[in-house]
Amino acid sequence: MTTILIQGATLPDGSRTDLAIRDGVFVASGDATGATVIDAAGLQALPGLVDLHTHLREPGFEQSETVLTGSRAAAAGGFTAVHAMANTSPVADTAGVVEQVASLGHQHGYVTVRPIGAVTIGLAGERLAEIGAMARSRAAVRVFSDDGKCVHDALLMRRALEYVKTFDGVVAQHAQEPRLTEGAQMNEGALASELGLTGWPAVAEESIIARDVLLADAVGARLHVCHVSTAGSVDVVRWAKARGIAVTAEVTPHHLLLTEDTARSYDARFKVNPPLRRDEDVAALRAALADGTIDIVATDHAPHPVESKESAWAEASFGMVGLESALSVVQTAMVDTGLIGWSDVARVLSSAPAAIGRLEGYATPFELGAPAHVTLVDPAARSTFGVDHLRGRSVNSPYLGLELPGRVIATVHAGVPTVLDGALRDPEEVARG
Amino acid sequence: MRHLLSTRDLTRDEAIGILDVAEDMADVARRAVPKLPTLQGRTVANLFFEDSTRTRLSFEAAAKRLSADVITLSAKGSSVSKGEGLKDTAQTIAAMGVDAVVIRHGASGAARTLADGGWIDAAIVNAGDGTHEHPTQGLLDAYTMRKARHGDASRGRDLDGLRVTIVGDILHSRVARSNLWLLSALGAEVTLVAPATLLPTGVETWPATVRHDLDDALAEKPDVVMMLRIQAERMNAAFFPNEREYAREWGLDDARFARLPADTMVMHPGPMIRGLEIAASAADAANSLVLDQVTNGVSIRMAVLYLVLSSGPNARGGAA
Repeated sequence: MTTILIQGATLPDGSRTDLAIRDGVFVASGDATGATVIDAAGLQALPGLVDLHTHLREPGFEQSETVLTGSRAAAAGGFTAVHAMANTSPVADTAGVVEQVASLGHQHGYVTVRPIGAVTIGLAGERLAEIGAMARSRAAVRVFSDDGKCVHDALLMRRALEYVKTFDGVVAQHAQEPRLTEGAQMNEGALASELGLTGWPAVAEESIIARDVLLADAVGARLHVCHVSTAGSVDVVRWAKARGIAVTAEVTPHHLLLTEDTARSYDARFKVNPPLRRDEDVAALRAALADGTIDIVATDHAPHPVESKESAWAEASFGMVGLESALSVVQTAMVDTGLIGWSDVARVLSSAPAAIGRLEGYATPFELGAPAHVTLVDPAARSTFGVDHLRGRSVNSPYLGLELPGRVIATVHAGVPTVLDGALRDPEEVARG
Repeated sequence: MRHLLSTRDLTRDEAIGILDVAEDMADVARRAVPKLPTLQGRTVANLFFEDSTRTRLSFEAAAKRLSADVITLSAKGSSVSKGEGLKDTAQTIAAMGVDAVVIRHGASGAARTLADGGWIDAAIVNAGDGTHEHPTQGLLDAYTMRKARHGDASRGRDLDGLRVTIVGDILHSRVARSNLWLLSALGAEVTLVAPATLLPTGVETWPATVRHDLDDALAEKPDVVMMLRIQAERMNAAFFPNEREYAREWGLDDARFARLPADTMVMHPGPMIRGLEIAASAADAANSLVLDQVTNGVSIRMAVLYLVLSSGPNARGGAA
């Protein structure tokens, strides 16, 4: 295994230090003889980033993304672990599928791939999937989600919360009341009315979150709310936390930066579920992430082939890729605006999502003996985000043409460099370790 | 004019310009041979992804009176019904060498997507996209109102102070949207009347007065009453209880029509459902402009095709 010496990096707390890595863990600098030296002067060191919400598309939709291409996109974005959503084909609702996905991730080595198990069989919202089998499988699944679909049946949601608790897992809910969003295309409001696009009311999200926090309270279970997108949802989560309910919430980078105004072009790159909202919502989401009401940033990286977006808005697929741009978007929306510092970035993009997903090795970053997951970013770099920044299989990014700050210079996953000098390393090198 | 995609982005002067050209086109229709050689050798493709007889025929008639060649593609029985997407259909038609594409599509924004997609060079005319806009309908309605008010002295004039009441399913109506933007650009005062379920969210930000009670609205004696078609399937989606209740509350029935001054302009974009949103007495009255709307539609569409194909990059010999 590679021995690495990172010289003069700035840690999230602002202190400067050398970081030595050998045999996959942090070691004392003196133990790093013969190391590959990385000059980290002026670079910000972060613990390896953890995404709780990634669509890797394999098995079934390999024309959009595979475990390998998605892992590479993740590493390029500074991630060392991703949680792969269950809406594949076949759906990740059995031990066999989740073990296969986890093992592909392990084989490629760019990131730790943690499969998310479906809550219900085939995401159909009717019968519980084999949650126990997935939890006890080699993939050791702890996050369960029907993401893309809402577990809307109240009784089934209650049972899921209770049953998942048995395995120390968490239900990650895609909060979308299905009847209130039939045919919905974009945020409900004056703009949707003008554009003639069916509105997606905020209440469709907020009513499910309100119900679910009450259910979680009633049965004493953990609840995680995916991609919170409205100011009203923030209010509900804030209220629930004040009551002591075990709820955590995520926000996507795109909901921190973009608004519904992008729909005016009918450019389907901006079509996403939940939809981009108003300025007021963006402001509320930023404030909630800063004050801890929202616990984490998760990408909802959702690759789609070109033809799924080159069409009339209503006919296009929902979703945007986000792994490669996440850190830059968080920097521009949260750090450069002075709302949070780099230690908060380390929390919302690494330790907190790892804790929610029960992913070990992220609780004490940079400590001697801890697994060596580290990301070096140059916060002073600026560039126009282009297709050349994208490393996955799909190019449906909403940021193309936008100037964004920050550049990932190096990513190290379990002691193995996946990005060096700002360039992704080859699959063979990474797989060798 | 490169394309006509919406009335939202037409200025007052641009709109008056189109209406004035339509006056010239209407004059042509009154000649012994109602045909101009203007677009000889040019090809207009009617791309109708959604069923429509009236609009398609109107565009066909308009193109033919300007001596253009017309290709018509209707969704039913075509490659579109076999799953071909907008891009491929458009490129296929474009590869046959067309100068203008008239597109009707069920998805809002489809015309704009076609214009911005970089797939074809042709001029795009929106003939109705989802619940977004139907700009030539808005233009023909404005033309009809201006003609009824100002007659032969219409040229160069706007609709300053004209009071227009639009009644019915505003929520799903592209006609209402195109009318609203255009009429307000032309200085008319628009009132929208509908149950709250059939009004779009944010309607209070639109340049219109909003009412729920039709009798109150009609008591103000508007100059124009425009009734919109109500689609039966809306009942199933709980927008209103049933046809009878709708007709009682929001239909222009005999009694309501009788209370209107005899010079009130009664309009309807068609197809009408008599007995539901409009009584036969109103539809067939002397002050009903329903058939004028159809006649004027051809003039407006001639004007629009002429304008997009005779100026700017779409002009013959112009930049590609």
